[in-house]
Amino acid sequence: MRAPENVAATPLLIGIGNPDCGDDGAGAEVVRRVAATLPSGFRTLTLSGEATELIDAWTGADRVVVIDAARSGSAPGTVRRFDASSAPLPAGHERRSTHGLGLVEAIELARNLGLLPSRLTVYAVEAAETSIGSGISPAVADAVGRLADELAGPTGPGCT
Amino acid sequence: MAERRNGKSRHLKVDVLARVEGEGGMQVRLKDGRVSQVRLNIFEPPRFFEAMLRGRDFTETPDITARICGICPVAYQMSACHAMEMACGTTVDGPLRELRRLLYCGEWIESHALHVFMLHAPDFLGYESAIHMSAEHPEVVKTALRLKHVGNEIMNVLGGRAVHPINVRVGGFYRLPSTEALAALVPQLEWARQACIDSISLLRSFEYPDFEQDYELVALSHPDEYPMNEGRLVSNKGLDINIADYGAHFEEIHLEHSNALHSRLKERGQYFVGPLARFSLNFDQLSPLAQQAAAAAGLDGECRNPFKSILVRTVELVYACDEALRILGECDVSGPANIPVEPRRGVGHGCTEAPRGILYHRYEIDERGDIINAEIVPPTSQNQAQIEEDLRAFVEQYQALGKDELTWKCEQAIRNYDPCISCATHFLKLDIVED
Repeated sequence: MRAPENVAATPLLIGIGNPDCGDDGAGAEVVRRVAATLPSGFRTLTLSGEATELIDAWTGADRVVVIDAARSGSAPGTVRRFDASSAPLPAGHERRSTHGLGLVEAIELARNLGLLPSRLTVYAVEAAETSIGSGISPAVADAVGRLADELAGPTGPGCT
Repeated sequence: MAERRNGKSRHLKVDVLARVEGEGGMQVRLKDGRVSQVRLNIFEPPRFFEAMLRGRDFTETPDITARICGICPVAYQMSACHAMEMACGTTVDGPLRELRRLLYCGEWIESHALHVFMLHAPDFLGYESAIHMSAEHPEVVKTALRLKHVGNEIMNVLGGRAVHPINVRVGGFYRLPSTEALAALVPQLEWARQACIDSISLLRSFEYPDFEQDYELVALSHPDEYPMNEGRLVSNKGLDINIADYGAHFEEIHLEHSNALHSRLKERGQYFVGPLARFSLNFDQLSPLAQQAAAAAGLDGECRNPFKSILVRTVELVYACDEALRILGECDVSGPANIPVEPRRGVGHGCTEAPRGILYHRYEIDERGDIINAEIVPPTSQNQAQIEEDLRAFVEQYQALGKDELTWKCEQAIRNYDPCISCATHFLKLDIVED
């Protein structure tokens, strides 16, 4: 990660999920790969997805990219992109998180409190297997590789 | 949420409880003015942690058991460490004991701030969730976020990270924080302590149902301090035992409707653990400032209205900040980060005060320190029977209320306990019998 001149202006990349729970670790794996790409142009963090922790992490940042695993019924490895700064995430993306407060709740709480980054992009990677110790499935591993390349690449948010 | 009326029968049902940790539901059946059945359904799957611990090294327990809960990992680490140190004949004292207490203060602050302001306050202010509440009461939610941040900072400095700390070990810590890192916590805690005191006037103005029960309150009690890590187990009905005698006085039973075991006092049945019990049995050990906060909240040293647990948690928030500041003002981090603990064959017990109440661990280890047996009894499983009794009494007392309000209040009666269903379901025992 290169030393940022302006911390708030440097995009913050947050990977959500538990790396020990199969495809739930997709977000953390994307972050790990992007962080290993120098210069990545991002500040990076891996978090559990608990709402207050998320708000704490992105408060003061202008541009935030969040990557999370999702179960929406799409084909495993499907990546969907949402502009969360303009609208709530679609129904069904709620995760059963600590005391029911996860990414969806973090976004809406932050929106009401004026703590939402001006640009917040969420990438949801469709998971296949999320049991403990199952490892990332092939379809999700492919998606993780593609998404990491896209984010760290010349047209990614880290280079704008 | 659903209600069926057949003649004089009513059936209240909440399929999935909101604003609790883990997956649970509730059913209450009422017939001819009497509750015929009440069930707190816990369908969070069991996680078999006790079986997983068998054969592992005694030094692994703080890190493995911390994974049981993202809200109270320090409680698991502390109960595990104390149990293993007892089994090995070691006592951690002095600055390391104080720093453990400081870490526990961080967890109480994190956990209580979340519950008081984000999960419980919406019940009293009439909102479905903290999100709905945040639009009209942004200051309440902002206070919660900042308080939780302060708790997280203590966990970061002493525990290595905010969730599932990695710096706790049997015998103490892996490394101690710098005096500078500890000093940086002081202004944050001073703000937090005042913010909690300031919030009392709002919390006191809430409308509390007139509901008190003749509970058996069970908590640790220590002659020199408000209980966190150590003490005897006492109750308002005569219990006064060493924690090593837990198994002689308490038992766990499995009921069909729940994946969590129900705990009972062998002699008297259900009992109540958590902030109300701690507060009522240890009021004299609170700091003067926390006692003043209690007076400002209208609490006189004993509280048996579970709906007022939001006030008691706030008093404990004041205390946790106050106690953390005391420790920071006195603690010495110039010594070793841990003391050596050598394994020996034996049994150890640990019982500490998690934010939701006593968390009991018992381990049997062999001479190499390999775990032969593990037993973990979290607070929510201990409160499960009492929660059901509260629902029974509350519905009978308030049955004139309409469907929506009564169901809403029943959910609130469950949230009074801040139940952690994920914690409660890791210990269902699975026995395979081969003929």
